[in-house]
Amino acid sequence: MNFHPNEVQRRARIATTIARVILLVLVLAFFRTQLVQHDRYALAAEDNRLRQIPLPAARAIIYDRHGEIIAENVPGYSISVLARSERAIRALMERIAGLVPITPEQVGSAIRRYRTDPSRPTVLFTDAPPALVAMLEERRVEFPELIIQSAPKRFYPDGPVVSALVGYTGEVNDRELTDTNFVGYKPGQLIGKDGIERQYEGQLRGREGTRFMEVDARGRIVRPVARTDQEPESPEPLRTNIDLDLQRFVASIFGDSLIGGVVVMEPQSGAVLALHSAPTFDPNRFTGGIPKSYWDGLQADPRRPLYNKAIKGTYPPGSIWKLATAIIAMEEGLVDIDDRMPVACRGGYQFGTRFFGCWDPKGHGNPTLAQAIEHSCDTYFYQLGLKIGLQRLIAGGLALGSRTRTGIDLPAESRPLFPTDPAKAYYDKRFGPQGWTNAVTLNLSIGQGENSQTVVSMARFYTALATDGMAARPEVVQRTPERERLFTLAPRQMQALQGALTSVVGSGTAAASRLQGITVAGKTGTAQNAQSQDQYHAWFVGYAPAEAPRLVVAVMLEFGGHGSRAARIATRIMEHYLKGTVVAMPEMAGE
Amino acid sequence: MRASRLPADWPLALVAAVLTMFGVAMVYSAGQTDVPTFVVGLWRTQLMWVVVGVLFGYGVSRLSVRLIDAVTIPVYVLSLVVLAVLLVIGQGAGTAASTKSWLAIGGVRLGQPSELAKIAVVVMLARVLSATRAAPSSLRHLVPSALVVGVPWLLIMAQPDLGTGIVFIGIYFAMLFWAGVSWPLLLMAASPALSLVLAFSTGIWGGWFLLLLAVIAWVRPSRWDGVGLVVANLAMGVLAPLLWGRLDPYQQRRILVFLDPSADPRASGYHVIQSQVAIGSGGFFGKGFTLGSQKRLAFLPEQETDFIFPVVAEELGFLGVLVALGLFTFLLHRTVRVAARATSPFASLVAFGLTAAWFTHIVVNIGMTVGLLPVTGIPLPFFSYGGSFMLMSWLSVGLLVLISSEGRGRADGLVI
Repeated sequence: MNFHPNEVQRRARIATTIARVILLVLVLAFFRTQLVQHDRYALAAEDNRLRQIPLPAARAIIYDRHGEIIAENVPGYSISVLARSERAIRALMERIAGLVPITPEQVGSAIRRYRTDPSRPTVLFTDAPPALVAMLEERRVEFPELIIQSAPKRFYPDGPVVSALVGYTGEVNDRELTDTNFVGYKPGQLIGKDGIERQYEGQLRGREGTRFMEVDARGRIVRPVARTDQEPESPEPLRTNIDLDLQRFVASIFGDSLIGGVVVMEPQSGAVLALHSAPTFDPNRFTGGIPKSYWDGLQADPRRPLYNKAIKGTYPPGSIWKLATAIIAMEEGLVDIDDRMPVACRGGYQFGTRFFGCWDPKGHGNPTLAQAIEHSCDTYFYQLGLKIGLQRLIAGGLALGSRTRTGIDLPAESRPLFPTDPAKAYYDKRFGPQGWTNAVTLNLSIGQGENSQTVVSMARFYTALATDGMAARPEVVQRTPERERLFTLAPRQMQALQGALTSVVGSGTAAASRLQGITVAGKTGTAQNAQSQDQYHAWFVGYAPAEAPRLVVAVMLEFGGHGSRAARIATRIMEHYLKGTVVAMPEMAGE
Repeated sequence: MRASRLPADWPLALVAAVLTMFGVAMVYSAGQTDVPTFVVGLWRTQLMWVVVGVLFGYGVSRLSVRLIDAVTIPVYVLSLVVLAVLLVIGQGAGTAASTKSWLAIGGVRLGQPSELAKIAVVVMLARVLSATRAAPSSLRHLVPSALVVGVPWLLIMAQPDLGTGIVFIGIYFAMLFWAGVSWPLLLMAASPALSLVLAFSTGIWGGWFLLLLAVIAWVRPSRWDGVGLVVANLAMGVLAPLLWGRLDPYQQRRILVFLDPSADPRASGYHVIQSQVAIGSGGFFGKGFTLGSQKRLAFLPEQETDFIFPVVAEELGFLGVLVALGLFTFLLHRTVRVAARATSPFASLVAFGLTAAWFTHIVVNIGMTVGLLPVTGIPLPFFSYGGSFMLMSWLSVGLLVLISSEGRGRADGLVI
């Protein structure tokens, strides 16, 4: 090598310069990363180490009108994990499966929750059984990544008794997550699925709290961070109009064998005192994920326990709708309460070439309107219907709310089925211009034909009959009462009509259901239906006490036979309510 | 002879000692994680290796350059044998579990011979380059020195250990420069490797090839050199895509991730991103010794070895980085001074070769942590945990102090 000192010195200078330039580049790189971009990386570091752990909030308690609990919360546990990948969740579930049996559905829903929001702790078990919690707590060292926390769990002390009313809660599903009516829901959270739980979701839902946790690179929680923790908040209790004692009584009468629906309302305020659909289901089983076997059983049951027969089911009303025919005729001035029809009842009515039978083949002679109501004479109402005429009958029926939802504060109320105005257009469209005759008028006038009502809609109609023609909107939760005038009759006519309804239970079709000391007014219905020619739906809608109505009861028994059976149930409900509360009513004590 | 010796180069030994203590402290901090791992006790092991290294280094500093010269060939041959044997019995460790860089006997890992091979290559190169009075002036003259580096380089690349391979290349070209090889020749010697790198873009490679032709026309090397160069560059330019396919997937991935770290954030790019987050979140003053959250929560990978410098940056901030880089700058300044004052070409080349080895380590390692260079798995002198490496570093210090003590005194007025 060339080792002349000057040469060496020159090279040393070059080498040192190159080294200094390169080291300066390094310094500038650190200057850029540590000072210029510091904020960005500081934020990234926080994101790295802090995770928000949601703290579930309890839903509001639901009370009945006397402060008895319909729905409350009991301690439960949820198990979740801050997962980095689907594979990590699968591996974790496999490890847990070594301790307790785990279904593929549980793994599937955990994966689904992770996919929906990977940044949030993935809930593995929404309602972990205490045995599993205990087992995992013991093995904390093996499962450091698990977040085991208390999660209030919904409990309905009366279970099946209130199923038609409260509905049930469940984990929010994909459709609800994207539904604009339910904003701000995260996978794994609870949401009301039906009944009061669904209708009042906004008021019942608690506000989730958050806690910041410091995690390490593997998602293991190192410690909570003392920083703006937010405690979960649970909302004010929800007070309802329900009388839980009456609700229990209604459910007990139905037992397991009957199928049908009941609505009990106050005629003036519209307060719903009880609402029942039989058979029932147990809403407690839905908490924390419904077992598949139970769900399949409910779905397969031909009696459709999940189908609310008080507000969703529509049934031909039969004779209980005769009051609508009577009111339409009286409002039009076509008939008065003591008027008779031209043709007497000899077990039926000849209309053209067709003979329309009365339910009683022995016939009813030549009744007045009041008597026709009392004995439910079909022959009388066929002629009354013809006298009104199809167009006016339908327009009147619509005015009485026969095609209108009641507006009850429960989700998914069905709209009753009824022809539209104008009548001719409706029937032409339905059967074709040549496909129908005026015979439809006869069917309609006795509550058959193109007429299918919900139990709650008939209950609402009878609140108008029990009062002065004003129908009350049914209210499960106390809202501003809303009454709507359905019809206007002279007080004399109104009283006569109410008298006829009283006679139904006094000496008419529901005479067997008379009560000691309580005057009941109402109307039976025995409705033919399309599904079965010889099995009838049994109806009774009425009110009591007749002189000062305090409750309207509508009972419908699916394939329940004669209306008098429904009447027996309805009057027992009235008796239970009125006798049970008579002591508490000072103004009644003197009578 | 002894009487003529000047006092030992105490500033050099002192800055090395300060860097070592700084490094041990950072290894200690690297073990301070919220969920304790095996790293927690490594600082004690590291301290033990420091003691061993300092003792050996002191021992070496008491020898003479002539003795070093005398043992060069046996040491070099021995290290070649060990590297060759290693390809058969070598073991992997840690994240490089599939490689064969560890020498183990009876299951006990003794060390990584490639670290000591660096010193062997430096002294052997120094001997070969100092053998002739004139610096190599043609490519054919470079052949002996190229063989000295090339044989161990191939053995190491076969382990495979890309990082150490890069250090060898750094040492080689630095020592050629120090020996007085002209810039055009250096460029021509490096041209095949550059062709290889640039071949990924045909346009850039074409430009580079034209530039090379211009240099050849200007320098007018011998006919065979010129033909050889053109052939080698063409071969590399054409063979590169084929060679790319021969790279291990992890090597391919590392190169790709260097080009775009966010392409693979959870795998190789994860290292780079987390390293930069740790560095960047440190700010000017840092989060405090042992208190770096990224390190504590295990987001920073390999925090005790290849990624120890981000611990410095996160916990001691830009200030700590300046101090560490300042110490390194002073160290390199001192060692270049030693090389410049050495009394023999051999000693001077050894000193400069050792300087180049450190410099390559420092730049490649720190440049990698801050995202300037690809991840190559190369440790940081005096900081990264590792016995062989600490031993190599202190043997280097010993050699440099020895050369310095035999060097020219202050009187010649050399100022660098």
